[in-house]
Amino acid sequence: MGKPVIATTALAGCFGCHMSLLDIDERILELIELVEFNKSPINDIKTFTKKCDIGLIEGGCCLDENVHILQEFRKQCHLLVSVGECAIMGGLPAMRNSIPIKECLEEAYLNGPSVKYTNDHNILPNDEELPVMLDRVYPCHEVVKIDYYLPGCPPRADLIWEALTALINHKEMDIPYGLFKFD
Amino acid sequence: MSQKITISPVTRVEGHGKVTIHLDDKREVTQSRLHIVEFRGFERFVQGRPYWEAPVLVQRLCGICPVSHHLAAAKAMDVIVGAGTGEGLTPTGEKMRRLMHYGQIFQSHALHFFHLVSPDLLLGIDADPEIRNVIGVARTPDYKDLAVQGVMMRKFGQEIIKATAGKKIHGTGAIPGGINKSLSTEERDFFLKSAAPMNADSMITWAEDAITLFMDYHKNNRDLVDNFSKFPSNHLSLVGKDGAMDLYHGRLRAVDADGKKILDDVDYQDYLDYIAEEVRPWSYMKFPFLTSLGKDKGWYRVGPLARLNTCDFIPTPKAQKAFETYKAYTGGKPNNMCMHTHWARLIETLFAAESMKLLLEDSDLQSDNRVIRGTKTLEGIGLLEAPRGTLFHHYRINKFDQIEMANLIVSTTNNNQPMNEAVNYVAKAQMNGQDRITEPMMNAVEVAIRAYDPCLSCATHALGKMPLEITLYDHLDNLIDRKFQHTD
Ligand code: SF4
Repeated sequence: MGKPVIATTALAGCFGCHMSLLDIDERILELIELVEFNKSPINDIKTFTKKCDIGLIEGGCCLDENVHILQEFRKQCHLLVSVGECAIMGGLPAMRNSIPIKECLEEAYLNGPSVKYTNDHNILPNDEELPVMLDRVYPCHEVVKIDYYLPGCPPRADLIWEALTALINHKEMDIPYGLFKFD
Repeated sequence: MSQKITISPVTRVEGHGKVTIHLDDKREVTQSRLHIVEFRGFERFVQGRPYWEAPVLVQRLCGICPVSHHLAAAKAMDVIVGAGTGEGLTPTGEKMRRLMHYGQIFQSHALHFFHLVSPDLLLGIDADPEIRNVIGVARTPDYKDLAVQGVMMRKFGQEIIKATAGKKIHGTGAIPGGINKSLSTEERDFFLKSAAPMNADSMITWAEDAITLFMDYHKNNRDLVDNFSKFPSNHLSLVGKDGAMDLYHGRLRAVDADGKKILDDVDYQDYLDYIAEEVRPWSYMKFPFLTSLGKDKGWYRVGPLARLNTCDFIPTPKAQKAFETYKAYTGGKPNNMCMHTHWARLIETLFAAESMKLLLEDSDLQSDNRVIRGTKTLEGIGLLEAPRGTLFHHYRINKFDQIEMANLIVSTTNNNQPMNEAVNYVAKAQMNGQDRITEPMMNAVEVAIRAYDPCLSCATHALGKMPLEITLYDHLDNLIDRKFQHTD
């Protein structure tokens, strides 16, 4: 039997959850022997080259592209895990949900003190190369089915490690309560 | 026939930046752009939040160097609570923050070098992309030790952050007016006296080794390192009052490509008198410039290359020696060679390692005198030198302590025009006369942008390389060719 295959992606997150995965430190060298990474920023594989056992998702959906990637992950991965606050609840980016997007754009590009006197033509970014922003930021489980949730911002490295090794070994997760942190 | 080529540097994806290149009917490059396609709206949605939340909130914009945002926001809040502009804190408050910051610089620079740059250096730029990544390095028996070294250097920096900020990522240590914990003697001894390699001395040695590794590579690849994507520019950073390199606090200085000072000894509370930003419709990232030189000529570089051009010396002995060798290479003149950024970054890594050791040996870290407060004001500005360059935070609050206005100019934004220049350089060098997307071209774009270690594609700078998606259009925007770098 081949090694379990893992894919990871960062949607509308800050990459802190991926950094927390790296915080397993020396165990990362163990991990790369235990599993094979497919599509992931960790190894640059950009498109799925095979079905995966586990998909780790950081971040919620802020752009139409995020939705497409998440749907692709659902199709290609046997298990999907929402890693961290942003994937689970939208996180900091979801703070824009109660505010019209136009106000966000105007504050950043028209009213800010370092643009106020230089943006004479009231330019707002608007170009066919820029992707479409969703009306609000969506947590992953509102877009596709999610199998597991790892809380924290970010989830601590030990929690990620325990959860991953359990999934890899097809074991019941038996995680000490102290490893769950919600900040 | 004029054509347009789109490159999406996407591992992270699918959502941070892409490159378009326009060709005219003679297949000459007429225009190239790096588009930043992410927008969060932070400036608006932070309005109404209590000011003391800013240091813990804003760092969630970037999990790669959260400490930088954490501290820049805290420095702005120091001003608001009347604790002075960077120099008014208690010795414990300031030094704990400095230790946190140098831990951050150290881990971020080590991550960039070992995870991103070392695969190119060790396995070769032309190696099979399947293995030309950090996993490939770690799984090559000859280099396993080096990979372990990279992992341990990052770990050391992260542990320093945890001991000062309370958490490795998104900590809470810095508060308006100071810090909420001191360093215990056990924590101090752990960093100074643990068995090698988990101690400050080992980190200094490894940082020196990394410089040697780069200099050997330079010797054998002089043309690439000296000439690739080289262009003149202005350079900006904070420097200490005495001209020393200081990544936590200082005054703004800018020099031009020949070393002439454009700004010097500027108090950053006055940044708006000197710096503004231009909005261009094709990117969410703004374009900062020095107002005295205007939009076209006022752009500048920030980060390691810029900092080694602006400062007069480095205040730790080993890094100073490395700095002298580095400076001698350009005869003391500013260095405008893009690939030398890697060299500069490693010298800073050594400076960070030496600084951590000095701070750890300072008994002020054990004092309980952590916070200071003065007369409240309604506006504050905090700057520091983040791993990738100067970071600006500016807040105004109302009388109910709510944030009313927030303005951020982050390091990567400061490097927006330089990265566009780099893309333009590569486009002209590689695409003139071409009608197909070539492999060398994609490699070159990747290498040129990576020198700036941009946060815009965090994965890219953190974990792997930048797989590129290039799409070729004719003048009617019909798609005629598309290539993925690593998977065809
Ligand atoms: S959950 Fe926290 S650490 Fe993870 S992506 Fe979101 S903000 Fe970053």
